[in-house]
Order: sequence, then structure tokens, then C-alpha cells
Amino acid sequence: MNLLDTLLRCVGTLVAFLVLPLVVGQAEHKVMAHMQGRLGPMYAGGFHGWAQLVADGVKFVQKENIVPAGADRKVFQLAPAVALLPYLLVLLVIPVGPDGMVGQVVDAGIFFVLAVMGVGVLGALMAGWASANKFSLLGALRTAAQLMSYELPMLLAAASVAMAAGTVSLPGIVDAFHWWWVPWQLIGAFVFFTAGLAELQRPPFDMPVADSEIIFGAYTEYTGLRFALFLLSEYAGIVVLCGLTSVLFLGGWHGPLEDDLGWLWTLVKTFALAFVVLWLRVTYPRLREDQLMRFAWTVLIPLALAQLALTGIIKVAIS
Amino acid sequence: MSTLLAAAGPLEPAARSYLSPTGQEVVFLLVGVLVLGAAVVSVTTRRLVHAALWLVVALGGLAVEFLLLTAEFVAWVQVLVYLGSVIVLVLFGLMLTRAPIGRSPDADSGNRPAALAVGLASAATLVTLVVDAFRSSWIDLSGAAGTTRVTGEYLFSHWVLPFEALSVLLLAALIGAIVLSRTQGGRARPRAGKLRTAPTKPKER
Repeated sequence: MNLLDTLLRCVGTLVAFLVLPLVVGQAEHKVMAHMQGRLGPMYAGGFHGWAQLVADGVKFVQKENIVPAGADRKVFQLAPAVALLPYLLVLLVIPVGPDGMVGQVVDAGIFFVLAVMGVGVLGALMAGWASANKFSLLGALRTAAQLMSYELPMLLAAASVAMAAGTVSLPGIVDAFHWWWVPWQLIGAFVFFTAGLAELQRPPFDMPVADSEIIFGAYTEYTGLRFALFLLSEYAGIVVLCGLTSVLFLGGWHGPLEDDLGWLWTLVKTFALAFVVLWLRVTYPRLREDQLMRFAWTVLIPLALAQLALTGIIKVAIS
Repeated sequence: MSTLLAAAGPLEPAARSYLSPTGQEVVFLLVGVLVLGAAVVSVTTRRLVHAALWLVVALGGLAVEFLLLTAEFVAWVQVLVYLGSVIVLVLFGLMLTRAPIGRSPDADSGNRPAALAVGLASAATLVTLVVDAFRSSWIDLSGAAGTTRVTGEYLFSHWVLPFEALSVLLLAALIGAIVLSRTQGGRARPRAGKLRTAPTKPKER
């Protein structure tokens, strides 16, 4: 019974991991297209091109797998797995609904999530170095610099929520949520979401992969399935970031009929945030590297510290 | 097994035999061997970046050891600080300076015997210390021995003073680093992205 339960949870997480990023990817095709006055994919699968990403996947599998002659073979081949697996692990601990609708309850959930997400960047570093390509190395360097700067505000914002809830377990935080946390933790939510975008290297923070100047950065030399894995890890990262933001700052499964439809609320909030991620990509131009660093150190970190102080003051006042 | 553990109580010497290890202990030993192997490869390999990546394996293995000892919080902090930040910093530094693909023979400073001696000496000291301190005592790990709550309560009730002293030390180090890295003289440096007109080049008009 216990084993079956564990197995079911693992399979459920795996299915979510394989389906949700594809949904986000397809949404990106269509949302971007409509915002730019286009139609986007219309033919694959018949109805509004719903099978476009499946077709893309088939195309990627068919492509030849090339490892550059000068590359460090093993590290080059290992990098996509290192980039992708952390998001799978994180997805395992994000609570979807009340009463244990979560892959695995982890005692120090916030720490687990932030720690493991930080490991994913090692994949981009390994890829960039092992490709034996100047553009890739530049991309990896930018990735590392960006991660270093944006991990701190992300941690501080998450610490603020943990302080408000009095626990570091993710289901515990959602349990302790009240509606007035949304205005209370608004600055923290902004900081967390923005820093998360930067950590995923999504526009407007996509300096490390800037395709028009350093040709997709760390992923220049990748083709076929390995490249698809990197793309998948980007979309899985969007799902994870939006899920985490909705769990930490928007109350996760709380909403009308939460006992029956809690999981639906989490999904709705997650996809609403994912829409914002896509919207930002269409709206904002890419930040320059120095603007990016200045934004992290002079805007986000002071804001996160202010949020931490505010949380402390109100927490002491109401207890 | 659990009744035996409960009867023995924590830190009771010689209540258990080493000859019938539990699954957890076997895994602990295996992961320990892995950590040791990765650490040895990390210091003996001649490829710089590979050394850093083997360090990832060693430090990640240590996090697994903490997990097996039920110290969940410490394990995640280990991953967050060492894997997520220190290794990234090391790789960043390597890529900024010199990280050729393949062997880097110039990176060997010839200090191997001295480093080996220092390493062996410190390892011998630590092993002696730990063996002498704990001898054959057993610590009961069933229950909430290493959860975040317990760790936090210990830290902020028994160890507040060292904790605060450490944070002041780290703050001092941080300020020192900023002071050292500031440019001398305070002259205005050109900001990135702004075009500078070259004074030596005469205008063609």
C-alpha cells in the first residue's frame, strides 16, 4: 500500500513534469503570436496547431546528435541532465492541493526548493564550458554572474514568507495563508518572481542566451535531443517558478470550494503567472549586462530587505 | 529493533553490535566511500574544471550523509551554499581566468608531497578526535532528531552567542572585501555602454 502510494505520487509528478511544460510552450507560441498580430502554428494536429510541440519533439529526436571535436565529451553529454533533473525534483515537493496532494512532503521545503534550483545552473555552466566555444563560454559566464546576483533577493523574499508563516514547509505555508498576506507580501512577491525570471534567463533577463549576440550562449553547440532537453528545462523552470510563486505568495489552493477544487486553483494561479512570464517576454527589450547587475543589487536586494523588515514588524505587532 | 533501540537509549555504549548493520548504515558507508573517492579524484585529476565537478559529487554526497543522519535542514543548506554558490563561484573564477579543455600541466605547483602530508595529518587529527569523543556510543535517530524545528531551537537557545559572533565576523569580512575591492583615488571611471570620444584622434573636417 505504502509502496503503491509512493509509486503513484512519483508517476503523477513525472506526468505533470512532461505535460505542463509542453502546455506552457504551446501557450508561448500562441500568446506571442496573437500579441504580435500573427496566428502562430495552425496546422499540426488540426485544431489551432495544438500538436506543434509534439511535432517539434519528433523533429528533435530525428536530428543527428553532434558532439564538437574539441569538446569535453562527458561533461558535454552530462550537462542537459544536470540542467533538467533539479526541476523534476522541485516539482515533487510543490503542494498542489490540501490534505497531502503533494509528491513528497519535505520538512524544510523552501530550502530544498531554492537549493535544488540553484544546482540547475551548474548544467548551463557545464554546457558552456564543455562546448569549447567562445560564445558558449561567454554565455556560461553571464549565467553564473546572473545567478550569483539574483539568488540572494530570491532567498530573502522566500525567507520573508517563511517568517510570516512561522514554518519552512511548503504545505505549512499554504495552510497558514490568509488573504491579507497578498498586500502584506506584495513587495516580496515582486522580488521573488523577478529574481526567479532572472534565474531562468527568461526575457527581459536573457542576456546569457541572447541569440542575436552570443547565439544562444551555453547551448550554441547543442543539437537534437540534448538541445530539446535544455528547452524543456526552461519551460519546466517556468512551471516551477510560477507554481512556487503561487504557493508562497498567492495562497496556492485557497479559493472558493477549496476542499474539492483546490488543485484547480493552484493550476489556475500557476498558469495565470505563466501568462505573465510570456507577456513580459513580448513586452520588454533585453536588459544590458550592467543594467542587469545594477537592477539586482540596487533595486531588488534593498526591496527584499525592506520586505523582511516589514514582515518582522507586522509579525511582532500581531502576535 | 526499535524496542532494542528504545531500551538502549541514546549514547549508551556497547549496546549495539557492528556485525549486523541496518540498511541505513550500509548506505551511509557506501555514500561515504563515494565521497572519499570523489574527493581523491578531485585533488588528483589534472583537468581543472573536472576537479571542480568532482567536488560537486563529493559535497553532494556529504549532503546525502546529512540526510541519512536525519539532519534535513543541514543537508539542504549544504546543497544551497556549497553546490549552489561555492562551486558556481569556483567555476566562474576558473572560466574567467584559465580553464582549458583537457589537461592543464602548468597547474601543478609541485607541492603535492607537502599537501599530502598536511592532508593526512589533519585527517588523522580529526579521526582521532571523533573516535575518542564518541567511542562506541549510539545516537537514536528515530523521531525528530534533526528537523528544522529542533535545529532552530538548539541554535537559538544554546548557541546564540557563537551564532551572533559568527554573523558579526562575516559582516566584517564582507565590509572588508568591499573596501579592498573599491578602486583607489575615486576617479570617475567610464561607465559601460557609453561611447567615449578618443582625444588623440583629430576630427576630419
